[in-house]
Amino acid sequence: MLQVKKGPVGPFKIKSVRKTADAECAPGGSCCSGEADAGSDKPPCCGPPTSKGGGTITEKVPGFIEWLDTPGGNVPRIASSLGFSDHLGACKARWGIGRMDFIVPPGLYALGNPSATDPVLVTANYKMSYDLVRRSLSGRNVWLLVLETYGINVWCAAGKGSFGTGELVRRVKATGLDKVVSHRRLILPILGAPGVAAHEVARRTGFGVSYATIRAADLPEYLDNGMVTTPEMRRLTFTLYERLVLVPVELMMGLKAVAIIGGAILLLITALGNDTAGISGFGAWLGAWLAGVVLGPLLLPWLPGRSFAVKGAFTGLLWSGLYYLLAGGSGWNGAVTAAVFLALPAVSAFYTLNFTGCSPYPSRSGVKKEMRLALPAMGSALVVSVFLLLAGRFLRG
Amino acid sequence: MKGFSYLKNVATLKLDQPTCIGCGRCLEVCPHQVFELIEKKADIRDLDACMECGACALNCPVKAIKVDAGVGCASGMINEWLRERNIKAPGGGCCS
Repeated sequence: MLQVKKGPVGPFKIKSVRKTADAECAPGGSCCSGEADAGSDKPPCCGPPTSKGGGTITEKVPGFIEWLDTPGGNVPRIASSLGFSDHLGACKARWGIGRMDFIVPPGLYALGNPSATDPVLVTANYKMSYDLVRRSLSGRNVWLLVLETYGINVWCAAGKGSFGTGELVRRVKATGLDKVVSHRRLILPILGAPGVAAHEVARRTGFGVSYATIRAADLPEYLDNGMVTTPEMRRLTFTLYERLVLVPVELMMGLKAVAIIGGAILLLITALGNDTAGISGFGAWLGAWLAGVVLGPLLLPWLPGRSFAVKGAFTGLLWSGLYYLLAGGSGWNGAVTAAVFLALPAVSAFYTLNFTGCSPYPSRSGVKKEMRLALPAMGSALVVSVFLLLAGRFLRG
Repeated sequence: MKGFSYLKNVATLKLDQPTCIGCGRCLEVCPHQVFELIEKKADIRDLDACMECGACALNCPVKAIKVDAGVGCASGMINEWLRERNIKAPGGGCCS
């Protein structure tokens, strides 16, 4: 049995950008230390418990065309264009459907018709990473070395160490890469660097590491640019669209907890007051959750403050105002009004704070500091609003 | 990162300049342009931009960089805290 390591943990994101350029983090995988596994030769202890890994390469790998006979053995030649099922799979993964099985076998692949002198690009075995890379390299002759990251994108896997020195060294040796290519250079995504010690890889395999670009889409330009990274290629972005694509999976992952808590609120308020108040309370909760999970991330750069909790509290405040208008707040007494304007921002703040894991810029120390301040504040706000509600003898109107 | 800035004065990033050999690897791997190279020595240009991903420290061939690396994820930390107090976190615990 593997031991839980103390130290930096967390999913990441990271769900994220995380594919070469996709910032979303893996759900539920909040264990194992960050760089601790990076130098080890042992398979990482981490990865979602549901994934057994990508298996072995067969003719069933996505985009398979034919076998290429190389000095290192048979290598599948794959298409760079994506089919309908690839797009459908990506769409489902974005909604959290079959996401843990969205995986390809690790190993060496050939795009186009590569020779011994053509470049080797390294990526993760999350199928969205694999698809992004092969699509962006359409019309090129390159080797694709896919690491076993248990279906996790590059950045999140690098944070966990599964996209790491140990796995890269192991995969280079397992594929006989030194026999397939005549050069000694591996091209890695920049976001893979938190897991890979380039000098260690060079020492142990003889292959030098070049960190190329953040986004897979910039790879053609990088290759055409004489394999030189421009400042633009290492500039991380978090555009409205990049934030938008992260929202569905957050919604899906929260659904169960939201239904349970919302159900409890519905029953409690109905029991204490009446069914109209119960439904109204449920709506208030649902809106506060959506404000935190959808509005917070989308409006992120424009919301006031640096803290995610403050930003979330602000969206919650907006929702409180809207709820006041929708639910006939003018009929409430002062205690109930205060309770609504305290509790709803606290709920939204909590959910927006959770988006730190999907965002490509908050530091661990910053999130820790924020949580130390924000969690007690949220808890107090909720407790106070319950007392206020009781004092105001439940919702009126 | 353009348009985004997180809490100030919290990053744990430390650079030991005398040890630095000026290879520039930290500039290559940093996703937030925290470092710059001045007279063949790395220098911290923007500490508050650091997200503590640990790429620079791991890739520094002379170990001149130290950072308490990890993923800045609130739900991950809540799960971690719960685990340390032996409370079973919902949906977590893949290593145990």
